[in-house]
Amino acid sequence: MTKWTFWVGTFVAVAALWGINYSLEEYANPYIVRVIINCGIALILGLSLNLVNGCAGQFSLGHAGFMGIGAYTSILLTTLSNIDFFQSPMGIGWAVVAGGGAAALAGYLVGLPSLRLRGDYLAIVTLGFGEIIRIFFLNMEFIGGARGMPGIPRESNFFWVYLWAAVTFIFMYRLIRSSTGRAILSIRENEIAAEAMGIDVARYKVVAFVISSFFAGIAGGLFAHYQGFIDPSTFNFNRSVEVVIMVVMGGMGSFTGAALGALLVTLLPELLRVFAEYRMVIFSASLVAVMLWRPMGIMGHKEIWHFFKKKGEA
Amino acid sequence: MKPVKKALGLLSLSLIIFSASCTKKDASTSTQAANVMVGEELIFGEFGSMTGSESTFGVSTHKGIMMAVDEVNAKGGVKGKKIKVVSYDDQGKSDEAVTVVTKLLTQDKVHVLLGEVASSRSIAVAPIAQQYKVAMISPSSTNPKVTQLGDYIFRVCFIDPFQGSVMAKFALNNLSLKKAAIFRDVKADYSMGLANYFAQEFKKMGGEIVVDVSYSSGDVDFKPQLTQIRDKKPDVLFVPGYYTEVGLISKQARELNFKGVLLGGDGWDSEKLTEIGGDSIVGGYFSNHYSADDQNPAVQNFVKGYQAKYKEVPSGLAAMGYDAAAVAIDAANRATEMSTKGIRDALATTKNYPGVTGVITINDERNAVKPAVVLKVTGPQKFSYIATVNP
Amino acid sequence: MQNIINGVAQGSVYALVALGYTMVYGVLQFINFAHSDIFMIGAFVGIYAAKWTNGYFPPIVQVMVVTLCAMAFCVALALTIERIAYRPLRTAPRLNVLITAIGISLLLENGGQVIFGADPRQFPSLLSTTSLLNSDELVLNNIQLTVILVSALLMVILHWVVHHTKLGTAMRAVSFDIEIASLMGIPTNQVIVFTFAIGASLAGCASVLYGLSYPKIEPLLGVMIGLKAFVAAVFGGIGNIMGAAIGGIILGLAESFAVYYISSSFRDAIAFGLLILILLFRPAGLLGTFRREKV
Repeated sequence: MTKWTFWVGTFVAVAALWGINYSLEEYANPYIVRVIINCGIALILGLSLNLVNGCAGQFSLGHAGFMGIGAYTSILLTTLSNIDFFQSPMGIGWAVVAGGGAAALAGYLVGLPSLRLRGDYLAIVTLGFGEIIRIFFLNMEFIGGARGMPGIPRESNFFWVYLWAAVTFIFMYRLIRSSTGRAILSIRENEIAAEAMGIDVARYKVVAFVISSFFAGIAGGLFAHYQGFIDPSTFNFNRSVEVVIMVVMGGMGSFTGAALGALLVTLLPELLRVFAEYRMVIFSASLVAVMLWRPMGIMGHKEIWHFFKKKGEA
Repeated sequence: MKPVKKALGLLSLSLIIFSASCTKKDASTSTQAANVMVGEELIFGEFGSMTGSESTFGVSTHKGIMMAVDEVNAKGGVKGKKIKVVSYDDQGKSDEAVTVVTKLLTQDKVHVLLGEVASSRSIAVAPIAQQYKVAMISPSSTNPKVTQLGDYIFRVCFIDPFQGSVMAKFALNNLSLKKAAIFRDVKADYSMGLANYFAQEFKKMGGEIVVDVSYSSGDVDFKPQLTQIRDKKPDVLFVPGYYTEVGLISKQARELNFKGVLLGGDGWDSEKLTEIGGDSIVGGYFSNHYSADDQNPAVQNFVKGYQAKYKEVPSGLAAMGYDAAAVAIDAANRATEMSTKGIRDALATTKNYPGVTGVITINDERNAVKPAVVLKVTGPQKFSYIATVNP
Repeated sequence: MQNIINGVAQGSVYALVALGYTMVYGVLQFINFAHSDIFMIGAFVGIYAAKWTNGYFPPIVQVMVVTLCAMAFCVALALTIERIAYRPLRTAPRLNVLITAIGISLLLENGGQVIFGADPRQFPSLLSTTSLLNSDELVLNNIQLTVILVSALLMVILHWVVHHTKLGTAMRAVSFDIEIASLMGIPTNQVIVFTFAIGASLAGCASVLYGLSYPKIEPLLGVMIGLKAFVAAVFGGIGNIMGAAIGGIILGLAESFAVYYISSSFRDAIAFGLLILILLFRPAGLLGTFRREKV
């Protein structure tokens, strides 16, 4: 792809997003829009966790914690600080990026010591970290404490969320095809062999973890500025589990799979709303069913286009 | 790293495009808020925690609302229009609440919103109700902030500052006890509010707070904190929590030989309180919205009707749900125009409505002005009426 | 002093639940997330069993009967789960089994809410509370003592089973290397079934003890207990029985003191903070031995 086609492509894609955004806001039912946007935020979360859980083969259970850091950092700038810049739509965009940055920093601090440990322990440390973060938010009165934080400017929309979802997807897809990506994949396949091949396993784990945390933070920032209200219980253990389910249901290590998983996890409960109290039962049962009949997840390691190629080509 | 550069380029490009076009956009927002006329039927949208750890609150409120609506429908409805209730479960999550309220407002096109019990979720959805200009009546969110979020947001319950001060006054004036301890639930904003206002009023009136400690709802072991409280020897222990924890707290307090009087708020109101707490809770006092003992015919009719319908004694939340729906129906009856705006305006002028939970007047801040009652736990599932405290 | 009693009583319950995690982890290297929900179901079975047996037995016998019912039901449930959900995945990647376990856990929690209702139930007080020690500073009642003693007894029995019986030897062999063990003629599936059964029966017993001391039972009760017990298991060194016991007690004590001297709002943070610290300095837990993964 030449530079020229890249920029034109980008321009067309952004314009298309903008067009869809405009028509959604003008003509579509806001509830439907809301579900679509929830899907977008789930996409970013699912895709980002896929890098750690699916590609690097590490097991993180604290994604909601990073999402929370992103959310709270961005609202600190937009809602609680008095800096004029951050009140403007563009400022809010950068505040979301700052939220991602803060989450990435937290990811670095958590990842550096704990990624030396084996997979299961990482799960526990991240779980513990997620809980600590939540409790921390709960006890901070100036960011709302248990009551939550209302009055956040509601500036995220379809355009922003799906732009970020696209950035996440492209970034992840390109990353995993770079040398860094191959190193990360080798950790999943066999950590000891990878180390023997001269790959700095600990370093690449941290890299994957930091990138993943960054996008989780972005998702958090977008979420906060979409909801207009956040409270600490939004970022609890169940939310982390939800994201893990997206990745595993869709297929570990497959980005289109993770995207599919994100859509399923967001849409299924919404569609099952008619079943009222039974819907969460049906949801959890279907999760177990997927695991039993298709342990690799719906997509396995494959991306969606692999299914359309003829056998010889793949 | 190449992908990073590309992503950054993409991002900054779109930032520029976006900021260039967003100046136009601001003018065209908030166009949806139209005054919707009531059609064939009057639609109430209810949202609450029907499942999840706070499901009792949602379910009780739902029962109360349904009872009020069924009664009116049996009599022919409001101005000849039947009332339909659409209710959704928010699982006790604020983001779910926002989603279902959006659905209620835009897909089901409800004319009045009823909900939520928890203040945090009412706060989360209030801006949306305000945006679509549909009146929202919270049955029992007591945080002052809720109704400050817009002139379409109402409530039929008293607010935390009042309830906190009720118990402070009661402890000092009626019980003449001057040394108090506070045991608050940090996870419940309701509890924090009550505890703060109790402390403020209690100190102002010459009392002394000897210790102020906290727990988190969901905890089951309170002995460390209770040991600390016991060692400071207070006369009264104010526990403004929910009955789910209070039963265990009282039990463990007595096991640790704590001898003071237990006080609480409307969160105590449930038959489960004495079931879990047993004898330990007997002798405690709490403030509530209404008393099932009240001989007022409105209350007695409600209690009888509720028992016939659901085979259980109505809790305070059921009564609040009933009143929230009843106040909405009353407003619809009085409304000069059967529309979302008409109902809202009628709601704002509610005066001396004889509700189950007291005579309700909506003030300028869209809060209900009404008395609180103090109840005493006298035995298994028995709460006796002690006093009425007027605002 | 009071804090020590409170902490040990609380810690014993953690320890009993932690044993279930630690045993399954020891044998299969996977975190059985559904364990704490089996514990929850046990408590509900206890409530029903107590209702049905009321009046037929003297109190102490009734407690035993109720405990046996809860244990039996938990074992049956755990084995069903193992057969349906875990066994087909024995060769699948560990992450899949973990997710399945989380799925089962969600299923039990949500199913529990539908069946039992989300409103907390009261666990009948089978034993009347009598104070054994009763002064202004120090209180100890019979229930606290029962909890501590029964847990201690169960742990001693378990320790004996694992280290001094044929079954225990087989369990340790499977935990060491499942393939080699099966080559040595050990019926690995049976051993795994036994492990689940023992873990579940401990959970059943713990659920009744829990119900006696904290008579508020609800479908989501397992979540926090499960996390804490799990922390205790890891803290002591996962896969190690003594470790789980010690981890449970230390966690109970730490919480008790921290809440008394610092603040309760950070109670859960303290538990997890402690965990992270120990993992950083002794990655295998207090009593665990670090096993380098073989190529």
